[in-house]
Amino acid sequence: MDGSDLKKVAYYPGCALEGTGHAYNRSTKAVGKSLGLELVELENWNCCGAMEVKNVDPKIQTYLSARNLSIAEDMGFDKVMAPCNGCYHNLKKAEYDLANDPKSVEVNERISAKAGHDAYKPGKVETIHALDWIKKAVGEEELAKRVQNSLKGIKVANYYGCMYTRPRHIFPEKDKGPGTESTAKPHFMDDILAAAGAENVEFPLKTACCGGAHSLSDSDMSTKLVLNIIETAEACGAEVIATECPTCHTGLEMHQVRAEKVLGRKTNVKILYFTQLLGMALGLSASKVGVQENLSDSRAFLKEKGLG
Amino acid sequence: MTLQAPLDLDGAIALADAVASSAAFDTAPLDAAKQLLGAGEVVLEAWVEAAGAVPTEEEVEGYRLLALHRQGAKGNPTFNACRETCRELVYLRNVVEMSLSEGDLAQARHHLMLEAHVLRHLGLFVGGKLHESGLGDFCCSSRPLHSADSTITN
Repeated sequence: MDGSDLKKVAYYPGCALEGTGHAYNRSTKAVGKSLGLELVELENWNCCGAMEVKNVDPKIQTYLSARNLSIAEDMGFDKVMAPCNGCYHNLKKAEYDLANDPKSVEVNERISAKAGHDAYKPGKVETIHALDWIKKAVGEEELAKRVQNSLKGIKVANYYGCMYTRPRHIFPEKDKGPGTESTAKPHFMDDILAAAGAENVEFPLKTACCGGAHSLSDSDMSTKLVLNIIETAEACGAEVIATECPTCHTGLEMHQVRAEKVLGRKTNVKILYFTQLLGMALGLSASKVGVQENLSDSRAFLKEKGLG
Repeated sequence: MTLQAPLDLDGAIALADAVASSAAFDTAPLDAAKQLLGAGEVVLEAWVEAAGAVPTEEEVEGYRLLALHRQGAKGNPTFNACRETCRELVYLRNVVEMSLSEGDLAQARHHLMLEAHVLRHLGLFVGGKLHESGLGDFCCSSRPLHSADSTITN
């Protein structure tokens, strides 16, 4: 992936970034603008299939994701950036399925014909994550030069969640050696925030299951898993857990509150999107990156650290 | 406090809780690190046995825990949700040993504590999965909760 190709990419925010993850949408756009990167939102995009459609019929989920890729292609892009892990995962999975599963191809062609548009053919559009976008389009060296308010002295545990790296076979570009992302120990968020001055702590649960998909059906299980992730981050010395997925972010925030209410276990670590931290390091205000929209109130902490 | 080897999954979580919350105990760090790793095996044995299989005594990369994980994930990719957790457990046990060999007791104790947190996660995850088998289906194997023959497009 050539960094110069990424200065202007198609943008697929997905549903969560219009709702609970609005601060992620806001901070991603603000960071892009600050770095001189251009995001062109897909016209008339649709849901990627998320959890709901995938659980009813995965082939329809493949079609829904493929339609978004098709729109990107029609708009003249060969890269689409999806900051939500769920969307990123589903678009990647659609690409994989259409390249490897004839039944998925057949269903995609059938529904596309009914919907009156050409079926997406794999290999035309590459889906990238916000982490790929910033790391490859700008790079750590340039990021470090642009930092106005260093994150120096802020101890961060980077939590990537599950869908950014699993299942491994849908991410063929990962695990390709130096410079590429690792599925076992992802580091792109660590690299970006380190360039902004943050002190990343050793955190052994970077991709551990948070029970997110069962948040409603078995809240207690999710709360216990999230509480352990949060307590581990605190045991590692973290003051902040940085996230790069709206579902992880909301899950950590909600269950942090719930753990205190239901289990009487209070934790103090702040939960922020990596784009919020990076944005403030680039000189943007806390409100510009939507800190006030977070459930986890970090405003006093950030002020104390000279940010926002 | 003297550590006792756990007999079951709940015992493994209790051991993790004890080590994670206790800065001082009588067991030497390396022995404790080995006990935590052994407790991880107890957790995975519970998963394998629940599937009606006999837990393997083999090793992968020198560790029975990794062999048990491979056995538990065979035919069930959702179990890969705890693959990295198992590998972290092995890694942290090794860091404890390495820190001690370098005479750094503080690092050894810190990593022992992290190992306990990771074991607790493994116990919670596997315990949760024994209670709700769909845990990890959606994300880690990218598999739908319903069977293929119930889909609309078939």
